[in-house]
Amino acid sequence: MKNKKETPEYIDFAVTARKYKTLFTRKYQNRKVWVDPNPYEIQSFIPGTILQISVQEGEVVNEGAPLLILEAMKMQNRIEMPFTAKIKKINVNVGDRVPKDTLMIELEAVEGE
Amino acid sequence: MTLKKNILALRQKKAIVQKGGGDKAIEKQVAMGKMTARDRILALLDADSFHEYDMFVEHEERNFGMDSKELPGDGVITGTGTINGAPICIYAQDFTVMGGSLGLKHARKITKIMDHALKMKVPCIGINDSGGARIQEGIGALAGYGEIFYRNTMASGVIPQISVILGPCAGGAVYSPALTDFVFVVENISKMFITGPNVIETVLGEKISQEDLGGARVHAEITGNAHFYALSEMECLNQIKELVSLIPHSNQQKAERIEPRKPKFRKKIENIIPSDPKQPYDVREVIYALTDESKFLEVQELWAPNIVIGFGRMDGETIGFVANQPMYLAGVLDCDASDKAARFIRFCDAFNIPIITLEDMPGYLPGVDQEHAGVIRHGAKMLYAYSEATVPKITVILRKAYGGGYIAMNSRHLGADFMFAWPGAEIAVMGPEGAANIIFRKEIMEAEDEDAMRQQKVQEYIEKFANPFVAASKGYIDAVIEPEETRELVLHALEVSKNKDDHRPAKKHGVPPF
Repeated sequence: MKNKKETPEYIDFAVTARKYKTLFTRKYQNRKVWVDPNPYEIQSFIPGTILQISVQEGEVVNEGAPLLILEAMKMQNRIEMPFTAKIKKINVNVGDRVPKDTLMIELEAVEGE
Repeated sequence: MTLKKNILALRQKKAIVQKGGGDKAIEKQVAMGKMTARDRILALLDADSFHEYDMFVEHEERNFGMDSKELPGDGVITGTGTINGAPICIYAQDFTVMGGSLGLKHARKITKIMDHALKMKVPCIGINDSGGARIQEGIGALAGYGEIFYRNTMASGVIPQISVILGPCAGGAVYSPALTDFVFVVENISKMFITGPNVIETVLGEKISQEDLGGARVHAEITGNAHFYALSEMECLNQIKELVSLIPHSNQQKAERIEPRKPKFRKKIENIIPSDPKQPYDVREVIYALTDESKFLEVQELWAPNIVIGFGRMDGETIGFVANQPMYLAGVLDCDASDKAARFIRFCDAFNIPIITLEDMPGYLPGVDQEHAGVIRHGAKMLYAYSEATVPKITVILRKAYGGGYIAMNSRHLGADFMFAWPGAEIAVMGPEGAANIIFRKEIMEAEDEDAMRQQKVQEYIEKFANPFVAASKGYIDAVIEPEETRELVLHALEVSKNKDDHRPAKKHGVPPF
């Protein structure tokens, strides 16, 4: 049980305005670092399979139109266009199994929008 | 002479049940590096103290070919015995009998011994080693689990409940341990999860091993589901014995008092803590300096190590310790640390164990992950647990006590009976650097040398506010003490708190931020 480290290498850790010498836990080190969401990136919110892709690269798609169907947990999730924009790049193919947070479709602003 | 014959027949009948699933199955169990259910009970209990009941209980399932299946003891051994002389009720699932699967009669044997424990006011220990629900019995198995969970809940806070995971414990089975007070796991042997790797892979495409998903280490370090982690079954059984000797048999009793002894730890207590509040140290050394024989049984050592909880004795009596650990994450409070401490405080309060809080903390852990994980509601559990507790509550502020953390760590305002502070304690709304930056923003910005002015203002703040005397002048701290006096004063505080009589308004139950 006693897994005392002989000479621990303490890390500078800023809690407020002051930096403390301390150790990190494995869980803290592996925590997910927050990234500001980019509205031009359509990511998978759940791991699943791409059943259908309804758009093509270069196409301008209106807000609310279907982009693709992501099947997960036996549910067919229809992923819709969040706002009117141009499809810049499609990174997945029908039949692909994608993990969570996979960048599936990249968007581009439409001139004049 | 017929009685003699009957006795021989009984012995034969018992011998068959005692063999469990038979030699082949036992061989397989041993090959997996596991002890048999019976050997586990015998190794845990005092020699010759185990008495078994319901040996001849049989299942009643008639479908799926079960009518021809004989399952000795229906896959679980139940009985009573003693650990270091203390009476306990115990059950152990027998993996050699149909994988220790839980059918209705198997569950009814367990609920019967649980009912017995609750009525007799003795601790109940469950050794889990089961493939899960006995599918052939269908709803009967689910009913069995439900009846166990119900009793776990009824017994919660009345008798100590201990779960030992010595094999698989998956699906519904995990919720009985989760409802009990202490969960013991063993490396390479314990496996706990709601849905196993196969289901996860099929449904989500995520590949993970049983060990990485719900092995002993994962539950001891990452999930916090386990309280004690051991490398072998024998080490685990010894941990259980130590714990049982430290806790009372029920909420109507106090833990057994033993001969008081002096601490063995020889380091001067004031030399443990660096005066620079930025430097870390192991707060467990302060606990060693306080407890009889410097013994301390740490609970959840690997999970959220930024707070230390566990049991030690002072003047021969069991005490619960809660201490910030500057060695990890600077000793901050976060979601896990708050959960960990709150549950421990509620256990101590339910079972008449006084709580000593050793405080040295810089505040709550900043971060998007913490805020989104609900550090507000998790942190609130700690406030709730301390405020609600009516056992003697003593706090010693060792070094830092800033902001919300100062309130949360059993402050006077949450009902601490005794508040002590060492002379170097910094009790303030926040760390001096942060406070000076805000209060003296204008002066610092307008100064020719900003850094020098900031340093000066920080120093000013420390002298004026970041010390124990402001709080002492308001009576929030009862005494500013020399570190060397700590043990003596805490012992005295415990002594005069012996007949503490504190009541809460009558209610069905509170609504803590679970």
